[in-house]
Amino acid sequence: MASMIDIKRRKNSIENTEQITKAMKLVSTVKFQRARQRAEESKPYFQKMYQTMESILGTTEGIDHPYLKRNEVSKKGIITISSNRGLAGGYNNNIARLIRDTGWSRDQTLIYGIGHKAMEILAHQGYQIVSDDSDMINEPEYEDARKLGDRVLRDYENGRIGEIYLAYTEFKSTVVHQPRLIRLLPIEPGHKKEEGAGGKLLMNFEPQPEELLSMLIPKYVCSMIYGALAASAASENGARMQAMDSASSNAEEMISELELAYNRARQGAITQELTEIISGAEALK
Amino acid sequence: MAEEKMRLEIIMPERIFYEGNASMVELATTEGEIGVYPRHIPTTMIVAPGVLTITQEDGTKRQAALMSGFLEITPDSVSILAEVAEWPEEIDQERVKRAKQRAQERLKAKAADIDLARAELALKRALIREKMIQK
Repeated sequence: MASMIDIKRRKNSIENTEQITKAMKLVSTVKFQRARQRAEESKPYFQKMYQTMESILGTTEGIDHPYLKRNEVSKKGIITISSNRGLAGGYNNNIARLIRDTGWSRDQTLIYGIGHKAMEILAHQGYQIVSDDSDMINEPEYEDARKLGDRVLRDYENGRIGEIYLAYTEFKSTVVHQPRLIRLLPIEPGHKKEEGAGGKLLMNFEPQPEELLSMLIPKYVCSMIYGALAASAASENGARMQAMDSASSNAEEMISELELAYNRARQGAITQELTEIISGAEALK
Repeated sequence: MAEEKMRLEIIMPERIFYEGNASMVELATTEGEIGVYPRHIPTTMIVAPGVLTITQEDGTKRQAALMSGFLEITPDSVSILAEVAEWPEEIDQERVKRAKQRAQERLKAKAADIDLARAELALKRALIREKMIQK
């Protein structure tokens, strides 16, 4: 059995850890509330944008547009959203794993990173990191998303990359966060037909659909990035909140076990001492 | 005519800018300035920088600076997805002044490394904002 002093030391150290995890939980709870509000406020825009894109793509057939067609370039660009800090459970690892599981060749994949953590993991695995916008995730703003969107679109137009993907964590509820990888460009032609058929109104487009799409698609890409940023920020803080919560309760459990062990050790010591005194007294008789 | 109204929603990425009923909406698009009454033909258009005027149900008017985005018109509703929009009281006077000056200097300098179209657009935005505040 460990000595009383060892147990005491151990218990103290766990108590300190618990204090830290508790404080972190409180901080991330506050941040989480704000991030969630932001994610919810960005939803109407996100959804409307998506609907409009679908209705345009659904009502206009056979448009020949560079944003809709796969070009010859085989390189893929992935906008990867993770966090700048760790201790958020599997949050960052899940994003890195998502990208690794695609099985895409590493030298054909360019990472537009947001958030240090997943970027570190991916760089270690041999992926190319082309840009780092990690400041963005702290307080996501539309303007930031637009700047990044413009940059990625330029690379797409210049033929540096042939496809744009977005890896982020979808925020479903406080406890459910799902890492997702979606293709932004070229826009998948698969889903446009069926869903577009739902639009009963015959839309007019001014200017002509081709021109309209050239202006609309960049906005679509930027708003998708912004929406993903907002959702990821909420998920990150949610994940950290959960991780810190279970860390705190684990710490508590360990503390109570150690407390028991400590008391037992103390009682053992007392009993032993008593036995010694009594047997000493017996011997003197 | 006055009886008629349509649903107007102006949505920004960060928040809902305006939501309510309107009897007329006027704004600038890439195809020119337009005024939309209820029962308009369904149309999708791109917003150009300009002043947005909303005539509300009770006849009062509200104005805002609308810089970019697009709009979708259906017979009973208008949805504007605005990337940048501001009420007059939200506009920062000092910033507008600076932006205007900067844009003018750039246009005057005509340096090769400056994107003229961008500077022109910036000037236009500054002028619209200025106009809004002065009202």
